[in-house]
Amino acid sequence: MSNILYLAEHREGSFRKPALELASYAHALARQTGGQAIALVLGKVGADQLSRLGSYGTQHILHAAEGSFDPMDNGIWSTAVAEAAIKVSARLVVFSASLQGRAIAPAVAVRLEAGLVAGVNGLPSSMQPLTVERKVYSGKALATVVVHTEKAVMTLSPNTFGLKESSGDAVAEVWTVPTLPSLSFEVLETSRSEGKLLLSEADVVVSAGRGMKGHEHWKPVEDLATVLGAATACSRPVSDEGWRPHGEHVGQTGKIIAPNLYFALGISGAVQHIAGVSSSKVIVAVNKDPEAPIFGAADYGILGDVHTVVPALVEAAKRFKENS
Amino acid sequence: MKILVCMSNVPDTTTKVRFTDGNTRLDAAGIQWIINPWDELALTRALELKDAGAISAVEVINVGPALTEATLRKALAIGADKAWRIDAETADGYQVAQLLAQWLKDQAFDILLAGVESSDYNSSGVGIMLAALAGIPSVSNVSGLSIEGGQVILKREIEGGQQQLKAHGPFLAVVQKGIALEPRIPSMRGIMTARTKPLEVVPAHPVAARTAYQAFSLPQPKGSCRMVDPEQPDELFRLLHEEARVI
Repeated sequence: MSNILYLAEHREGSFRKPALELASYAHALARQTGGQAIALVLGKVGADQLSRLGSYGTQHILHAAEGSFDPMDNGIWSTAVAEAAIKVSARLVVFSASLQGRAIAPAVAVRLEAGLVAGVNGLPSSMQPLTVERKVYSGKALATVVVHTEKAVMTLSPNTFGLKESSGDAVAEVWTVPTLPSLSFEVLETSRSEGKLLLSEADVVVSAGRGMKGHEHWKPVEDLATVLGAATACSRPVSDEGWRPHGEHVGQTGKIIAPNLYFALGISGAVQHIAGVSSSKVIVAVNKDPEAPIFGAADYGILGDVHTVVPALVEAAKRFKENS
Repeated sequence: MKILVCMSNVPDTTTKVRFTDGNTRLDAAGIQWIINPWDELALTRALELKDAGAISAVEVINVGPALTEATLRKALAIGADKAWRIDAETADGYQVAQLLAQWLKDQAFDILLAGVESSDYNSSGVGIMLAALAGIPSVSNVSGLSIEGGQVILKREIEGGQQQLKAHGPFLAVVQKGIALEPRIPSMRGIMTARTKPLEVVPAHPVAARTAYQAFSLPQPKGSCRMVDPEQPDELFRLLHEEARVI
């Protein structure tokens, strides 16, 4: 009863960084419990991709290739994960704290009569009883949570554990979920912006705020993102003004992100904004106000007008890329 | 059709949190309590649908001690028809969801709305757990809800895109920003009529929590910010590469 089951999410058949980070995390948990790290894969994924999970310490894969797993349906997905957890006698079930993971982890916890700890940021400090740290108050504080139940369900905050390669082969087993419910909602229309780097998957995020003074000044922001291979984001006033789409809003009431590198361009740094980005490994702030609170959260700062500094950063980034 | 909005009572989002009793609980001194921002947006959308004639009644519920009634009164002032409070101090989201599910057995709502998370515990757990316990379908990441000719249409965010869904029968939606743009503010008339609207207190059944918060701490403050000369932009990339090693 000490196996670890994790949901290996994929996008159109390929695993992205959050899935591989979760595989690394599940492997580390399995080493603590003495059990196996077991992946559940829903939908069609090729053998070459499945074998990648083995390189991050996964020993066994349950591959439910057949079934209506797209679109994501809370009822279908949570049933599949709960059935898999029962099949492999998982003590712990872990998810990425992704759109999907956050949506179904609570339902899986109910099905398994397990305690739920959402958004953990590392390994448990104790396995018996399970004791683990997570962020609360939108990143303004940390809490140590103890789970009273034998089984537990956790979601892992992205970019907190990192990728840890490990040698090994995963054995893939084709598996059919015994009793899947039908779709709960009828899908009328799906639209995806193809090829766009997702905020949740980006290592570098270039974000800009009200200091840009209008949507027409966004070109250098986008240029900097393009040169660095980064995703673009914005602060709340920017999306409220309609300068940028709501999907780009990062902060307490928007998306909470944790990239390796976060550029805050012309963002003063309200408490709510910092709460959404404070888990970034490194923050660079550009602002003309030396008193702007963003400098208190930043690792590197440039005091100056974004309209001259950002274009200069674009050129400097190009020179850096050419020489590296 | 009737909508229920599940509400959480949270510290104002600009609060600088402090802890007390050996860092085991929040120091409530000086804290201003508000309706959880996403629940407030959910309530706003429910009232917009009521104004449009698509919904007959909007009710709100909170699980908490008597001091949370101030936010329930605010919800009534904004326009909710009735408020409920399940009288309990809870230790985790599971306990909250169980209390709601037990109460829900004797109720008839067509649409249940819950904010994506509460700004205090950020677990995103209660809504989905409630749906699972009550045995009703749930949908998450919902940023749009409309009702036309009795048909309920939802817009939800998926990784890298959006999807439109049609609901058949009662459901619970976990909603996020976009469901409404600006929270509705109570009018003077709303504040006056809120006093006469029903706020029903329900006793709690005993339910055990599955997790406990043992201790809280504040994150390590960041070291000082290293300033780079705006005339030397190349220096920034050298530092990010050689010192911070992030590019």
